Order: sequence, then structure tokens, then C-alpha cells
Amino acid sequence: MAMAAHRLPSSSPLRSSLSRILRFSRLFSSQSSDDQTVLTVETSVPFTAHKCDPPPRTIDTTPKELLGFFREMSVMRRMEIAADTLYKAKLIRGFCHLYDGQEAVAVGMEAAITRRDAIITAYRDHCIYLARGGDLVSALAELMGRRAGCSKGKGGSMHFYKKDAQFYGGHGIVGAQIPLGCGIAFGQKYSKDETATFTLYGDGAANQGQLFEALNMAALWDLPVILVCENNHYGMGTAEWRASKSPAYYKRGDYVPGLKVNGMDVFAVKQACSFAKEHALKNGPIILEMDTYRYHGHSMSDPGSTYRTRDEITGVRQERDPIERIRKLILSHELATSSELKDVEKQIRKEVDDAIAQAKEIPMPDPSELFTNVYVKVIWA
Amino acid sequence: MAAAMHTATLPFFSSSSSSSAYKTINVSGRLRLGLAPLPGSLAGRKGSIFVIRSEAGFASGSNARARSSKLITNAVATKPDASASSTGSKPGHELLLFEALREGLDEEMARDPRVCVMGEDVGHYGGSYKVTKGLATKYGDLRVLDTPIAENSFTGMGIGAAMTGLRPVIEGMNMGFLLLAFNQISNNCGMLHYTSGGQFTIPVVIRGPGGVGRQLGAEHSQRLESYFQSIPGLQMVACSTAYNAKGLMKAAIRSENPVVLFEHVLLYNLKERIPDEEYICCLEEAEMVRPGEHVTILTYSRMRYHVMQAAKTLVNKGYDPEVIDIRSLKPFDLYTIGKSIKKTHRVLIVEECMRTGWHWGQSTSSNH
Repeated sequence: MAMAAHRLPSSSPLRSSLSRILRFSRLFSSQSSDDQTVLTVETSVPFTAHKCDPPPRTIDTTPKELLGFFREMSVMRRMEIAADTLYKAKLIRGFCHLYDGQEAVAVGMEAAITRRDAIITAYRDHCIYLARGGDLVSALAELMGRRAGCSKGKGGSMHFYKKDAQFYGGHGIVGAQIPLGCGIAFGQKYSKDETATFTLYGDGAANQGQLFEALNMAALWDLPVILVCENNHYGMGTAEWRASKSPAYYKRGDYVPGLKVNGMDVFAVKQACSFAKEHALKNGPIILEMDTYRYHGHSMSDPGSTYRTRDEITGVRQERDPIERIRKLILSHELATSSELKDVEKQIRKEVDDAIAQAKEIPMPDPSELFTNVYVKVIWA
Repeated sequence: MAAAMHTATLPFFSSSSSSSAYKTINVSGRLRLGLAPLPGSLAGRKGSIFVIRSEAGFASGSNARARSSKLITNAVATKPDASASSTGSKPGHELLLFEALREGLDEEMARDPRVCVMGEDVGHYGGSYKVTKGLATKYGDLRVLDTPIAENSFTGMGIGAAMTGLRPVIEGMNMGFLLLAFNQISNNCGMLHYTSGGQFTIPVVIRGPGGVGRQLGAEHSQRLESYFQSIPGLQMVACSTAYNAKGLMKAAIRSENPVVLFEHVLLYNLKERIPDEEYICCLEEAEMVRPGEHVTILTYSRMRYHVMQAAKTLVNKGYDPEVIDIRSLKPFDLYTIGKSIKKTHRVLIVEECMRTGWHWGQSTSSNH
């Protein structure tokens, strides 16, 4: 493209617009691979701590990271919206719990840890799967129940797993994944791995007894587990103040320290998660409460507007949207122009559409798969 | 990590040296005791764990298969009709059933560093029925873990640990307490292998005493077999003699599937002579206690002894009952049972259970 621009006469309007595009796209591509320049950002609100010293508000980042966050969150957002459309087109059936609005938690957490650390969550797992390195095609195929899905089409929306990336799913019964997460941390401690487990649950599950049972054991044995409460303020249709006597979920651990984090700010999430990992490896469990929000209802069968007002939803979208926050940061640091970011979004949209088309072509699992993977190596198959 | 499990060549002792570490039983001349390859991740760590690995294959005694290089966990160390299975080829040693369980557990923990025990009072107290006595002093508090009274969570914890590659043995102090952990056992233990498309295996053993004791009260005298029967992915076995207690314990620990091992409160003090050499009982096999011609009596656990007493009376009256201790509650040993029923055409089922909700109601209808 550089060559083409130079061949045109210097006064040509085409050349000037071409070179402008060239300059900007060079800007974008150079910035998105720049991980040397250090930019300092501040989290939107300071952390609130319970029985520990909060980490600092300022955090260093690079243009590469910033642009990477924008891209990853946009892919997640696009995929969830695409899942919405696919559900309405009856290609996805059953339960489909969408994560749009909460992307910052998935992306920020992944940025703070390694692939050897473990993550386990409940059923709102599509984006965590993507963050752990899952690809769009296998995610969409699993949603549509196709054989090339991440769980061979046998799991569905609530059962995404990726063993090689230490992503332990994907669980239908809320709260049951918390003891599992403590067990994974136990396994890490037993094998002296120096890795930690992030166990995610929601504000609804925060009232499950097994959370407190597991917390007790984790604290007793100093297990390297970080319990992350993704507080989107609604347990299906019940607001948190109607379900919990004390909605300060980060304090509910009592003897276990906690941190309240703005879950719509990817840098706050990243800072909190790296702080928490360090803490967990040294001192045992810690609770992180991510103050976040979901734009969709609880699942696709829930319109999401009977228990909250549309004004509230649009208000959060305007004030606290995680992707918009990163967009503003990118623009203010002049790492890209807004038209470039729109191009990125268009590109992502096309990527997701291509993945959907690809996933649609994949056939359903063979009926014999109904009886495979029930037992391991059984005689009486 | 998991991909390495079956195919990795680990730089450890070769099979020829490892076989000398264990005495093996040759049943048909084609069998050899083998050990499961241990994952590279644990073994390569810190260099302080020694791993013995051998290339070996099992073939089931009655259903002989070609030897493969992968471990098949349905090993049989004795012929199916050896009811006097405890005599073996050597004098053996005498012990009580709970000691046999402990021996099996001890041997497996020594063999595989991934095996750990968790439960209430299993460590310092030694277990409420002394099954884990002395193990905490030998293996440490992490491997024999005293948990608080939180069945739901520590069962979940055991399952989570199994997902990372450990092989926990979860003890329910009484089987009835495991009802609190039903969600974990059903959804996370039984179904996870399926819903993850085969990515995760859950090699846990969930064990504990159940059944009717002496005046223990209704809540402590439950049998959970019929409740667990419908959980997919779960294997269930019930031990009844010291010999099969040790054998089933060892086989259950080595199995890649989640296994529920039902013990009985009143059988813990059964004394029996068991072989000195190492052996495993096949998880999916039934035991022919007394071959006969006239009627097939199917039973398991403590009722075996009642049936054998009744069989004496029957024999005096001129009848010839065939008594089978089914041992494997899920899946059934349809081969042995089917063969017997084809012979006698009469079945009598003797089971200790609630009047409604008998285990057989579920299983006979599902195994027609």
C-alpha cells in the first residue's frame, strides 16, 4: 500500500487519503504490537478491603495490552450477541446464560494469571472459555450441540471445559463448583504447583452453605484458592438486597480477607487478581467481589426487565460499560482513532459471523455418543 | 497433563525391576500384575517422588482378552468359583475386615503418591471404625486429611482434587451422611466425564459403612444403593468378606471411574485368612459363593451370611441352592448372574433395605 501511494502524483486527493489511511493503520498496527511503552492508568474507584491492605489504584500497562483488551472484550461481546440471535433462531436450545456486560472480569482475570492457574465457574461460562484460549468455532458448535464443540456437543451452554488450559467448567448447580474449586486448589497444593485456583460464583450462589463450608476448609489448610463473587446484583429475578441480609459479599468471609473491585474496569480486575493470587499462594484464601452487571436477563428465557428498569440497564451501559471505558482510554492516549476501532469491531463481527457459518456446518453428534464417556473403559458397554 | 498419562515414557524403573518389588499371582499364565503409569507432572516435580512404572496388561480371568499395553482395571486374581478364596497358594495371614480395608488402602497409598484420604476423623483419631488407623502417622496430615463436618463440601473437594489428577478416597463416617453430598456425587462425580466430553475423569473412591447395625437408629441405618443406582457414570461395589474388602478397595482406587464402596457396620469384625501376596478383585464381577442347581439366590453384603445359613437348612432339606454374592451393584455382572439363571430358572433376591425403594427394583428393571 505504501508503494501504491508513492506512485500517485503528490497532489492527488486519492494519494492523500490513501496515505492518511496508511498512516493510521500503521499507527494502529504498530501500537498493537508495542509492549515497551509504559502507560499508567488509574482504576476508576479505589479498592475497598476487608482484613487486608488494598492494592494500589495505579497500574502500568502497554499499548499492546490496551488494544488487546479492547479486542478480546469486543470478541466476547460480539459472540454473546450472536448467541442471542442464534437462540432466537432456535439453533441454540435450552438454557443460554449470556455474559455481556461482565467481559472485564474474564479478560482482566486472564491477564493477571497464567494458563497453569485454574479457573472454575458456574454456568455463565462462554466468555471465560474464550479467555482461556477457547476458539469461537468450538464455543458456538457446543452451544448448537454439534460434535466439534468443546465438550463434543454433550455438555451444552452450561458445560464448557478446557482441560489443557486448566478451565474446569462450566457447572449447572450454582455453588457446587465452589468445593470443586477448593479441591482443585488442594490438588495444586498437594502437588506443590505454586499455582492458584480462581473459583467464580455469583451473588445468588453467595448464600449457599457449601461456600462457607469450603471457605472454612480452605482457610484451615491455607489452600491457594481465590473466591470471586461476580456480583451482578441479581440472582435470576431476585435483587441482592432481597436475598442477602448482608450484600457486602467481600466481607462475608469473616476471617478470610476480601476485596471489593469495580468489575466493569478491566484494570481494576487485573490488579485485584494479581494481588489475590500473590496473597493466596502465601496466606491462603481471599474473596474478591467484582461489582459488575449483565445487560441480558438471567438467561435467554428471561427478558431481564421485569425486575429492573430499562433505565437502569441503559444507565449502566452509558456510564460503566467496560468496552467503552477501554475505548476512551485508547483514544485519550492516541493509540488509535475511533474509526480504526470501529474497523476492528467490524472485523470482529465478520470473524464471529464466519465462525457461526462454520459451526452451522458441523454435524450433530452420532447417536452412539449417547452412551460413550459415561464410564471410562467399561466392559458392559 | 492428562494426555501424558497413558502414553508418556517416564524415565523411571523399567518393568523388569518393578515386578520384583511386588509378588505377582499367575492365574492363567498370561496375566501379570501391572501398574498404572503415573502422570509426568507429579513425578517430575522436585525429584523427591519415585515412580515405578511397568508395561503390563490385564486379562479378565473368565473373559480372557488379548494382552494390551494399557492397564485394564478389571483384573481378577482368582477363579470365579474359588469360594474358599482366602486359602490361595500360601498360608496367608489372618485379619479382621476393617484391617483388610486398611491394608488395601495402605498398599495403594504406598504405591501411588496421588492416593489420599479425606473424611471426618480419619487422621488423628484413626477413623471411627479404625479403617484408617495409623495411616496419618505414616503418610502425614495432608494425605490423610481430617475434614470438618461438611460432607457436601469435602466430597466436592475430593472430586475437584480428582479433576487435577489426585486419587482421593473420601470416607463418609456413615453412608447416610453422604446424602448431604448427593448433589456432588450425582452431578459432579457421576456426570462430569460425560458433560466434559471425556476431558475429565474422576477417579475417586467414596466409601463408608452403611446398613443396619445394633440399635443405631433410623438415620444411621440407611442403605443408599437404590438412591445411587440411577446416577450415571458411577460404579458401585459392596464388600462382604475380608478378602474381597481388600481386593475391592484396591481395585476401586485403581479404577478411573468414580466408585462407591459400600461397607457394612456389622461386618467390620469378620476374621478371615487372606493371601500374603498382592491381589485385586475385579470391580465388575460377582462372586459364586456356593454353586448349585435348583435356585439362584442373589445377595450382597451382610445378607450373604444370612443366606449361607439358610442355605445350610435348605441343603438339609434336600435342595441345592446356588448362592451368588453379586458384589458389583452397578454395573451388574450379567454374565455370572445370567449363566446361573439360565441354569436354574429360579431367582431369589435377598437384600437388606427399606421396604420401598429396594435397589433391585431399579436394577432389575433397567437390566432386563
